[in-house]
Amino acid sequence: MRKTSLFALTGAATIASPAMADTITLDITIPRLSVAEYHRPYVAVWLEGDGGKVRTLSVWYDKDKRGGEGKKWLNEMRTWWRKAGRSASIDGVSGATRAPGPQKLSIPAAALRGLPAGNYQLVVEAAREVGGREVVKLPVSLGGKSASTARASGKTELGSVAATIKP
Amino acid sequence: MKMRSRLGARAAFLAISLAAVLPGSAQAHRAWFLPSETILSGEDAWITVDGAVSNDLFYPNHFPLGTDGVKVEKPDGSAGSIENAASGKIRSTFDLHLDQPGTWKIGNMRSGVFGRYKLNGEQKRLPRGAQASEIENLIPAGATDVEVRENLMRNEFFVTLGAPTDTVFTPSGKGLELVPVTHPNDLVANEEGVFRFLIDGKPAAGIELTAILGGGRYANQPVEVKATSDAKGEVRLAWPQPGMYWLEAETKDKNTSIPGATERGLGYVTTLEVMAP
Repeated sequence: MRKTSLFALTGAATIASPAMADTITLDITIPRLSVAEYHRPYVAVWLEGDGGKVRTLSVWYDKDKRGGEGKKWLNEMRTWWRKAGRSASIDGVSGATRAPGPQKLSIPAAALRGLPAGNYQLVVEAAREVGGREVVKLPVSLGGKSASTARASGKTELGSVAATIKP
Repeated sequence: MKMRSRLGARAAFLAISLAAVLPGSAQAHRAWFLPSETILSGEDAWITVDGAVSNDLFYPNHFPLGTDGVKVEKPDGSAGSIENAASGKIRSTFDLHLDQPGTWKIGNMRSGVFGRYKLNGEQKRLPRGAQASEIENLIPAGATDVEVRENLMRNEFFVTLGAPTDTVFTPSGKGLELVPVTHPNDLVANEEGVFRFLIDGKPAAGIELTAILGGGRYANQPVEVKATSDAKGEVRLAWPQPGMYWLEAETKDKNTSIPGATERGLGYVTTLEVMAP
């Protein structure tokens, strides 16, 4: 059984790496879809390091539903749920769902605290009620000396995704 | 004529029922539980479960699977209960209220005796559902060619609310049991599922098992995976695709606990949900 948590990498990092002050800016386009019944997608953004270690950066879901009802659908983001969601506390990283169009997301340095420098997959997963699911992966590098941008694009539930990492 | 057809129907009923509970039965009737989902999020959730005995997975078309003996074990080890149980002509159903995070076990273990003997040259069978304690009374004096087979059969599945836990996998040490190496609620199509089988708490080597993907009705060939357990009792299953799988393992041995029984049949059935990666 794989156990992960939001801060799973903290311990390793204190030995392995210098303090990191990277920030990540994400531009995520949510496609406008012409469908009979449209619901804004649930979206999870996370970093995957070596050995399958995972840190959740952001989760957009139906936060304001009465009695935490929105959490019932978090497992629709199946990949995230399995790798990180079911054992993570998402209170600090969650936000409401967002409308179609370009969306900006800023990940502060604090959210990356303790992560060792190196290569990661930045993963964005979207799942839409009565719709589909899609996972987009971007290779990113943390702890570099200069800013860099990674881009990828989804085909169905996600449009273009760009991640800019600034030291 | 009327009488005869009724008897015929009764015999058919008996055959189906026996096939459902007897491992090693030549008939292909399969007993299955089908949970609506096995991996849930949130603070509190419900699932609904269908049960039937049929050839096809998961299409009820023969006989409902009894819900009377269904037991629920909660993640903390306490007993839970099923709700809204109902039995129809060809399918039974019940709900389960998951009010505790972790992994739940739902299912039944049936133990029974299957036997036959000859009396005055006529072949006789022990009644269905015969108990071990009744054997001496059920086989009359003067019976010859007595054959008694003991059966232990499990049919269970696992459901997880939130993060998976391990409590419900503590083996009872009785009969054929599954102990996960891969958690049953952590299966994805692009990774092998690894399970260990035990007989009376010890590694069950050389156990043959079959996992069959549901929905065969819409495929020309059923999607099946076969495997045999190694010396540690472990099997590795590579899933051809995501979906709900019905897994069956069966074997027999001589370690009977019922006086007069010459053989023990052991069966294990579970339903596994394999997710898309």
